[in-house]
Amino acid sequence: MAVKDYIRERFFPHMWCAGCGHGTVLNGMLQAIEALGLSKNEIVMVSGIGCSSRISGYVDFHTLHTIHGRALAFATGVKMSLPKLNVIVPMGDGDALSIGGNHFIHAARRNLDMTALVMNNRIYGMTGGQFSPLSGLGVIATTAPYSNIDHDFDVVEMATAAGATFVARTTSYHVRQIKEIIKKAILHKGFSVVEILSQCPTYFGRKNKLGSAVDMMAAMKENTTPIGSKAKKENPDLIERGIFVQKDLPVYNEEYDKIIKRAQAAGK
Amino acid sequence: MARPTLKEHVINREWCKGCGICVYFCPRDVLELDGDDKVVAVRPKDCICCMMCEQRCPDLAIEVITERKEDG
Amino acid sequence: MQDNVRFIQGNEACMEGALYAGLNFFAGYPITPSSEIAENLSFRLPRLGGKFIQMEDEIASICAIIGASLTGSKAMTATSGPGFSLMQEGLGYAVMAEIPCVIVNVMRGGPSTGLPTSGGQGDVMQARWGTHGDHSIIAVTASNHQDVFKMTVEAFNLAETYRTPVILLLDETIGHMRERLEIPEPGEIQVVQRLRTSVQGGVDYHPYLPREDGRLPMSDFGGVHRYNVTGLYHDMWGFPTSSPEIVHGLIRHLVDKIENNVGDIVRYKEFYLDDADTILISYGSAARSARHVVKSLRARNIRLGMIELQTLWPFPYDMIREKCKNADHIVVVEMNIGQVVRMVKRAVDAPDRVVLANRIDGRFISDKDIKGILRVIQGKGV
Repeated sequence: MAVKDYIRERFFPHMWCAGCGHGTVLNGMLQAIEALGLSKNEIVMVSGIGCSSRISGYVDFHTLHTIHGRALAFATGVKMSLPKLNVIVPMGDGDALSIGGNHFIHAARRNLDMTALVMNNRIYGMTGGQFSPLSGLGVIATTAPYSNIDHDFDVVEMATAAGATFVARTTSYHVRQIKEIIKKAILHKGFSVVEILSQCPTYFGRKNKLGSAVDMMAAMKENTTPIGSKAKKENPDLIERGIFVQKDLPVYNEEYDKIIKRAQAAGK
Repeated sequence: MARPTLKEHVINREWCKGCGICVYFCPRDVLELDGDDKVVAVRPKDCICCMMCEQRCPDLAIEVITERKEDG
Repeated sequence: MQDNVRFIQGNEACMEGALYAGLNFFAGYPITPSSEIAENLSFRLPRLGGKFIQMEDEIASICAIIGASLTGSKAMTATSGPGFSLMQEGLGYAVMAEIPCVIVNVMRGGPSTGLPTSGGQGDVMQARWGTHGDHSIIAVTASNHQDVFKMTVEAFNLAETYRTPVILLLDETIGHMRERLEIPEPGEIQVVQRLRTSVQGGVDYHPYLPREDGRLPMSDFGGVHRYNVTGLYHDMWGFPTSSPEIVHGLIRHLVDKIENNVGDIVRYKEFYLDDADTILISYGSAARSARHVVKSLRARNIRLGMIELQTLWPFPYDMIREKCKNADHIVVVEMNIGQVVRMVKRAVDAPDRVVLANRIDGRFISDKDIKGILRVIQGKGV
């Protein structure tokens, strides 16, 4: 199979802007799925609302395009009801962590076996460039015309604190790392969170004078470094890439199977 | 030892949006945007088949087709 | 035989009905006065191989049952007023995406946190119009445990038949009251199973193309047909579109599939209507007091009749108009400031003959409250 075998070609070219990092996330994710040799019928992709969430329409899996922020709640029902399915949940930063923040932390805590992707472009693109909880101080957005005074938070630290058993970060520049990390995230038993820094040249880039998509990707290369690198020690402002957490804890859907056995034994 | 060598760059001009990501990050300057802002492989002989253009393309618009030739 | 007899709460009767209907997935969040449904299902479902999950809130609960339904499960959630408000978003999604599921709202006094442990029937209009946009909805109710059981099965059947969310509007009095329930034998009440497509893998399947009879066969997620489900307006494959023809066709379909089948959907009970000059119309726990009044006044040869609504939405306009055409007075008995009474006024030929007997202080409406209104109508003073 090639990457193109996993897409719904009739909807291409896709609706994302020229240079949008989300397309590269789609590309890298499909490479991971292809490398794992997963069958299309065993994958359910659940997304919310926003630019990122349109990804589900372009892939030839069982696709569930839901409500803003609620993708993980829908996905929980899918996975609990039919655990043999591979459930992948791509979300935007506002989608996953603002309106969907509560679902995000509880999905992480519950440790159902599914894969959450946070396509973090630090902006609400679909609605026209408002700041998100990941925009950060000083950013200019259509709802922060005098610069943003809203603190951001770190997706990796947040997911780790909430109990996710696989937490990783990469960027749209590092497409080979997207592929490798998503492969591991899908194979991981438990709740996986992969943050992928993605460029929005149309709103975030233009409002903040960051240049073209190419310039924004070059900045991702410059401003990030592998976890624990020497560069990080010399320059603490660098953002680390790689796998931060990978641990085995009881997986919710497997534990529930044990509950069923226990209940049935007691009921006899 | 078999090593992949370039057969051709297949570019889907309908899907290419001319963002220039493949052009800029190509290590051998193989690609350029033409007058319609669509990517073309202008120096295919320089291609080292690193596949980065294909893998990074946000529009899934480039395929690097390779073939394996026996060395020597 | 006696194994089938229980002395239980209405919430448990609802749970028994749901299990009889084939419930195998429940997601919910604790809230008074519905929590016993979740508690009992956390015990019962795993014994039957089903799944129970307590979610982080009511928003997540309704989303989870929609996801579960798509994999082929019969799914339900249960809540009360504040939680039902949070579920409106997911309810609209289930309407738009045509996902069968059942939402139980054990009503309490509102608005807001209101009266968590007192009865009320203030969510009738919310059930109809709580989620945004034009749509139709099915909402059913019951006044005693045998009917709670039956109408819960009915709610699942309607959800499967019309591929739609169905709301079961119980109330605190019914939910917490204990009375006898005789659980029917399997097969005694018909159970509608999921209608699945007969289209083979590899052949184009249209999840959103109604058959000639209006029904839409489904394909479980994980099966051989890969399609899209969205809350956006969508074509027959489930893919987003803003084509005016398709948008118009879909909203008409969503409304018509219910409004054109009112005759098949509507359930009600009637008592002593033949010669009644005054008719009480009631539903849910309030109907218990209304029924009591009718029985006791009939014993004194007062020509009182009663209609007990079991389907609140779609509203049975035609039935009400027909049954009430010869009545001098129609008294709607409900525990809110007047919700169903508006619908009855709209339905009948002479709306000025319709009055309201209600109670809005958290106390259960009694026979005395209703008799007081009847005395006023009959010119006997307050």
